[in-house]
Amino acid sequence: MTAIAPGNRYLVGCGVALLLAGCEHPPVETVQHGYRGTGMVEVYNPRQVASLAPDNALPEPIAAASAEGPRAREVFKNLRVLGDVSVGELTRTMSAMTAWVAPEQGCAYCHAAGQDLSVDALYTKVVARRMLQMTQYLNSNWQSHVAGTGVTCYTCHRGHNIPAYLWFTAPDQAQANRAMGNRAQQNAPAASVGLAALPNDPFTPFLLGADEIRIVGGTPLPTGNRKSIKQAEWTYGLMTHISEALGVNCTYCHNSRSFASWDSSTPQRATAWYGIRMVRALNNDYLAPLTATFPTPRLGPSGDVAKIHCATCHQGVYKPLYGASMLKDYPVLAAPVVAPPPPVAEAPPPADSAVVLFGVGSARLPADAGSILDALILNLKSSPDAKATISGYHSAAGVLAQNQDLAKRRAFAVRDALHAAGVPVGRIVLERPRSAEANLSGEDPRARRVEVSIH
Amino acid sequence: MSAEYQNIFTRVQVHAPLYPGVPVARGSQEREGPPLHVHLLGLIGDAQLGPIYLGWFGVASALCFFVAFEIIGLNMLASVNWDPIQFVRQLPWLALEPPPPAYGLKLPPLNQGGWWLMAGFFLTTSVLLWWVRMYRRARALGMGTHVAWAFAAALWLYLVLGFIRPLLMGSWGEAVPFGIFPHLDWTASFSIRYGNLFYNPFHMLSIAFLYGATLLFAMHAATILAVSRFGGEREVEQIVDRGTASERAALFWRWTMGFNATMESIHRWAWWFAVLCPLTGGIGILLTGTVVDNWFLWAVKHHIAPSYPAVFDPVADPALAAGVKP
Repeated sequence: MTAIAPGNRYLVGCGVALLLAGCEHPPVETVQHGYRGTGMVEVYNPRQVASLAPDNALPEPIAAASAEGPRAREVFKNLRVLGDVSVGELTRTMSAMTAWVAPEQGCAYCHAAGQDLSVDALYTKVVARRMLQMTQYLNSNWQSHVAGTGVTCYTCHRGHNIPAYLWFTAPDQAQANRAMGNRAQQNAPAASVGLAALPNDPFTPFLLGADEIRIVGGTPLPTGNRKSIKQAEWTYGLMTHISEALGVNCTYCHNSRSFASWDSSTPQRATAWYGIRMVRALNNDYLAPLTATFPTPRLGPSGDVAKIHCATCHQGVYKPLYGASMLKDYPVLAAPVVAPPPPVAEAPPPADSAVVLFGVGSARLPADAGSILDALILNLKSSPDAKATISGYHSAAGVLAQNQDLAKRRAFAVRDALHAAGVPVGRIVLERPRSAEANLSGEDPRARRVEVSIH
Repeated sequence: MSAEYQNIFTRVQVHAPLYPGVPVARGSQEREGPPLHVHLLGLIGDAQLGPIYLGWFGVASALCFFVAFEIIGLNMLASVNWDPIQFVRQLPWLALEPPPPAYGLKLPPLNQGGWWLMAGFFLTTSVLLWWVRMYRRARALGMGTHVAWAFAAALWLYLVLGFIRPLLMGSWGEAVPFGIFPHLDWTASFSIRYGNLFYNPFHMLSIAFLYGATLLFAMHAATILAVSRFGGEREVEQIVDRGTASERAALFWRWTMGFNATMESIHRWAWWFAVLCPLTGGIGILLTGTVVDNWFLWAVKHHIAPSYPAVFDPVADPALAAGVKP
């Protein structure tokens, strides 16, 4: 008798093929970069590395232009960036940007055809100018992450109008507000977290907001670390994104026997730490303020602007473009910018919402509340039919009844401030206290906020 | 010609008159029959199906299980907008989540973990009733209650994960979601949050018993199959009256490792290894977060985690550096 009948052999073959269909076929290469026996190795699939190589080839730099001659701002009108460089250098930079961002549309992608170059008729021109400022700002102020290598428009755009890897805030899941079927912002095969069932928008809390990423306690025994396992899942989601975006394992940055310990981490972890802060700063200071500039079809499902994360530059590689610097050929993109220049919007519109942050356990109006509420009060006075809705939030940690009472007293404090500023009580609607999101820790001031919105 | 043990299916099917089972004190009115022969069952076990005993505990347990199963399944189906195709495609990712930690031990709204609490209540009731049924059936047959107590060890781990530990931590949100991938993600997050569960000594014990139990199972099963040509599968008779199968099996292990378990004691070994796996595992889970917050630092403190020579330049926490950019 043979071990397996021919028919069965076919079945077994099919079964094995099905089981392995989702796997990468061997061999893979491993590179040790930590002490022996600690598992500090990088695992590479040489075939995947080879397939990424053409995408990361550098475009030919444009021949250098003369730095002599009149300055660009003396020749061109409405030039708010790159004004100090020579006309030749400006023209060269514009040609490079066209090749990097709009090779098909050419100059007309940003400069409206048939109009003067100085006219800001297209939103693309306004965005491009802001992105130039952003590139200069991060090349000169975030060398803790981009080092001297720096970035250019090409790092993200790679010849496309819109960079291939961007993110929008995930819209509310409809099921969460129904009678059953709440997915709790997770439990879906989401590409953002490597198809795991982890929370699938880890970007909004960590790369736009500044929620606490660290969840592991610093002492052997409990000493007040109230981070929950659910919070750990959000952090896990962000880390999975970083791992996927860079094409590396956890051990690229961490000794996985203790994710939290800095003394056993690799230097790359510090680089990544600055990277998270850099992306957060760029999203808040450069991209979010452009929301009104973009036409609606370019905005996300909840009306937000496209934002950046690690994959925007890295695109599956441990260093964007394998660490090759394009910046050295275009030094004007590294012109120092001391602080983020003011956003494009000339005058902020009268606010229709405001957030007041309170101290721990306190319902006393903070000192900056007046300036926060001013724009909102202005708006309320200019539209006499509008009503203000006040919602008090409280930390998820601690005794619920006490927290709810505190949130209520905080809301009262804001109501009294509005009333004192001349808003009739009848136009103020108080909502019942709410618990802050599960991924906000008790120490996060945003867990202790009062939101005011105008309807 | 392959050896007998290389076949995963039983080679011999006994065709005997249908057998209703031994007489017991309360008679046989609650046995559902009549029994029948199923050839396919005979390939992996006894070909006779039935008579079945369900009884009141069995009925109550099955009902409670059905309620929990429906709550979990309908929530999963609702989470994909009642689309049966997406339900099948996404099934491994779908879950019923416990309440957000903000609710503590309070009763949350249905769709904020209330369904999870209900499913947990009915599933727990179901498995506890099933335990009672196992205990009472063993008693009715005049058997020992070893199976019931082994099942109780598994229930201990289940109750620690979903009931006792969340109670001690003051939050239902600490418990495990009902879902295939989600409960695995929960397990990894649990280990990460509490500083690496591998440094938890009770987790170490649990793993030792887990792998130990499989090793013992493989050794014992292989031994019995290897001497089945000498009647080795009649183990119970060989406990009191060692035949040639038992002698050969014992001598084999004395030759190969110098010691042998007896036909009886091997089952005590296997039972204790299997039972100690969830018992020690449950203790390890129970201590996590309640008594120990970071198992790695705990292991450093007690000289369990070794230190390694530095390979990288020292990396400092940037968050502690003075004047650092945020």
